[in-house]
Amino acid sequence: MNINDIPPAPTPVKGGGGFGPLKFLKAVGLAVRSLWLHKLRSLLSVLGIVIGTSSVIALMAFGEGSMKDALDDIKRQGATNIVVRSVKPPDDSASSTNSKSMVAAYGLDSRDIARFQTFGKSITTMVPMRVFPSEARYLERMHNVRMIATTPDYSDVNKIQLARGRFFTVDDEENRINNCVLGAATADRLFPFEDAMGKTVFCRGDKYLVVGVASDRMPTGGTGGSQAAEDYNNDMYIPLSTANQYIGSKVSIRSAGSRSAEQVDIYQVTMTIDAEVDTKAGRQTVKAIGDQIKRLLEKHHDKKDWAVTIPLDRLEDAERQQERFTSLLVLIASISLLVGGIGIMNIMLATVTERTREIGIRRALGGKQRDITAQFLVEATVQTTIGGLIGVVVGLFLVFVVPVAPGAAAWLTQQTGLADTAAWLRTIKLPAQVNVPSIFLAVGVSVGVGVLFGWYPARRAAKLDPIEALRHTA
Amino acid sequence: MPAIVEVLDLYKDYFLEGHVPVHVLKGLNLSFDEGDFVALMGPSGSGKSTLMNILGCLDRPTSGQYLLGGDDVAHMSDDELSEIRSTYLGFIFQAYNLLPQYTVTENIELPLVYQGVKLDEKTKARCEALAEMVGLGTRLDHRPLQLSGGQQQRVAIARSLVNDPHVILADEPTGNLDSRTSVEIMQMLQELNRSGKTIIMVTHENDIAAWARRVVRLRDGVVESDVRNDEQPITAAAAH
Ligand SMILES: Nc1ncnc2c1ncn2[C@@H]1O[C@H](COP(=O)(O)OP(=O)(O)OP(=O)(O)O)[C@@H](O)[C@H]1O
Ligand SMILES: [Mg+2]
Repeated sequence: MNINDIPPAPTPVKGGGGFGPLKFLKAVGLAVRSLWLHKLRSLLSVLGIVIGTSSVIALMAFGEGSMKDALDDIKRQGATNIVVRSVKPPDDSASSTNSKSMVAAYGLDSRDIARFQTFGKSITTMVPMRVFPSEARYLERMHNVRMIATTPDYSDVNKIQLARGRFFTVDDEENRINNCVLGAATADRLFPFEDAMGKTVFCRGDKYLVVGVASDRMPTGGTGGSQAAEDYNNDMYIPLSTANQYIGSKVSIRSAGSRSAEQVDIYQVTMTIDAEVDTKAGRQTVKAIGDQIKRLLEKHHDKKDWAVTIPLDRLEDAERQQERFTSLLVLIASISLLVGGIGIMNIMLATVTERTREIGIRRALGGKQRDITAQFLVEATVQTTIGGLIGVVVGLFLVFVVPVAPGAAAWLTQQTGLADTAAWLRTIKLPAQVNVPSIFLAVGVSVGVGVLFGWYPARRAAKLDPIEALRHTA
Repeated sequence: MPAIVEVLDLYKDYFLEGHVPVHVLKGLNLSFDEGDFVALMGPSGSGKSTLMNILGCLDRPTSGQYLLGGDDVAHMSDDELSEIRSTYLGFIFQAYNLLPQYTVTENIELPLVYQGVKLDEKTKARCEALAEMVGLGTRLDHRPLQLSGGQQQRVAIARSLVNDPHVILADEPTGNLDSRTSVEIMQMLQELNRSGKTIIMVTHENDIAAWARRVVRLRDGVVESDVRNDEQPITAAAAH
């Protein structure tokens, strides 16, 4: 074949070469091929990136998971609620103690309710509750319950889920009917074998017809201070008016083993504020009303025999904690990505030295400095991006495996007969919630690290003297 | 025939340890016509490769002029020199200098990548035709390390032709090959020259130089002799 029979050469593009977008995929393909020649080395050199991105994804997920846990907890309590409780004043020694008996009277009463009512429409529901620790009985079975006398709104405000039956109604309340709703544990203890519905439970000398049973629920976490953890499962709910009629509006509660008794009129009032919890304005509304309630109580109560709890405060605590956690995470991630970046720079410098001859050939055949820069920059970036993607996979793997790990370990220890350890393992909860933006962030940062740390080696490659490079023997 | 490559009063100094100058090329005046086939000869260290690097726009002279196709190359930027290499010149090296990770076809098309040309079926057809022309039509997907030295040098020849260069520069193209393979390579270069390509080739061997139309001998950075193989010798002074 003669040279003149060869299909003609294409017309060169003036100012061609360089790094057009059309060539990008091709360049990536070539980079992958060069890296494939040194699979293990490429993989090891991006280990820092893999560790960095996977830890970001996993830790973000666990942080998010516990945040979501806290949020759910707060939502169970009602995020726009304000809870006012009676608390025993710190110095209940003399004044309020009724001299004839050893009864300490303190706390909220119906006058406070009337004061709260002045807020009008901004409080959508107001649920007062009285609490009587009591013994509930059915036949020969007995259970210590927290008998709660309240209004029908209690069910909504406290997000009571019913397993069967209904909560008591406005009708029950108005007519002072002896209906009751049992908490899950209460129902379980009193009626282990039969259906509780329609049965009659004895409590404080009266009979109550079971009209509903609540489903089992997670106790809300306590915040310490004024807000105690609440375990709804041992409750028994009756209409407030019924309690006022049959038990009386003033009741002394004698706690076991104590000579003194306490008289608390209203144990707690839960108010739901008309506000959107997801908006800043809504949160401000809740806070403002909370402050007003505190001032009102301060004005009318001589002693601090009340406490105001705003679950929303906990939400903000949780958010602050999340922020602290995130900044710690950013620190860890930056350090590992810095180490990863230096790893890449190191390997790219070695690669440039190793491929000096190749650089000389490319320059002799018409490659411009920017072609060489682009080639090595793409190679570094492809490497870190692959590292980032591997990190995402590893991170997601951790996110899905770690939460079930204690359960699996518990199962194993159970098999080997270590029941205690198994039980302990079962209490470990590692909630995880994949944070989707963190995935994009991790990959994005990996790309950035490649560009940043690949730049210097790539420039160094481009600036090599072509003749020196061609003469290089490797 | 017009001169396609012309050097005027060309000097090249290297500086050892920063300051001590080494005068390698000392006022060369040479003019190569389009379509010529020139063999550059001379003892080791006489400056053949140094001259070739300047002719190949890989290096710049210390002083003097280098006219390539009538244009003065001395003051061009690095990018402009790259563009000249990619459009005007074809290189053949003693050590073949193929990229080991690329196939035969990919090695041949590499200069086109740097022309900014879009690689498509047409460019591929050209590369494959060139491979076939140098006798490697059945080895398109082989990698350089799977080929003999002679075969690798053929790939290099095909690569030097892909951009349809005006001048082919070959620094000791047969330096690593046995005599039989050298003859095959020289036949190929002669064929190219006959079809119109200008070739400038460095060699140490007289029987290789015998394939050229003109033999220029350097010694210590000056032209020692300049003869046409089919004519009487012309002296250095008369060369220009
Ligand atoms: N980068 C450099 N720095 C200093 N001196 C150099 C450099 N490159 C070449 N030289 C010197 O220039 C002179 C000519 O070298 P050149 O490579 O051109 O010789 P050559 O004719 O190609 O020899 P050979 O036949 O051995 O290839 C030599 O003395 C060499 O030492
Ligand atoms: Mg040489």
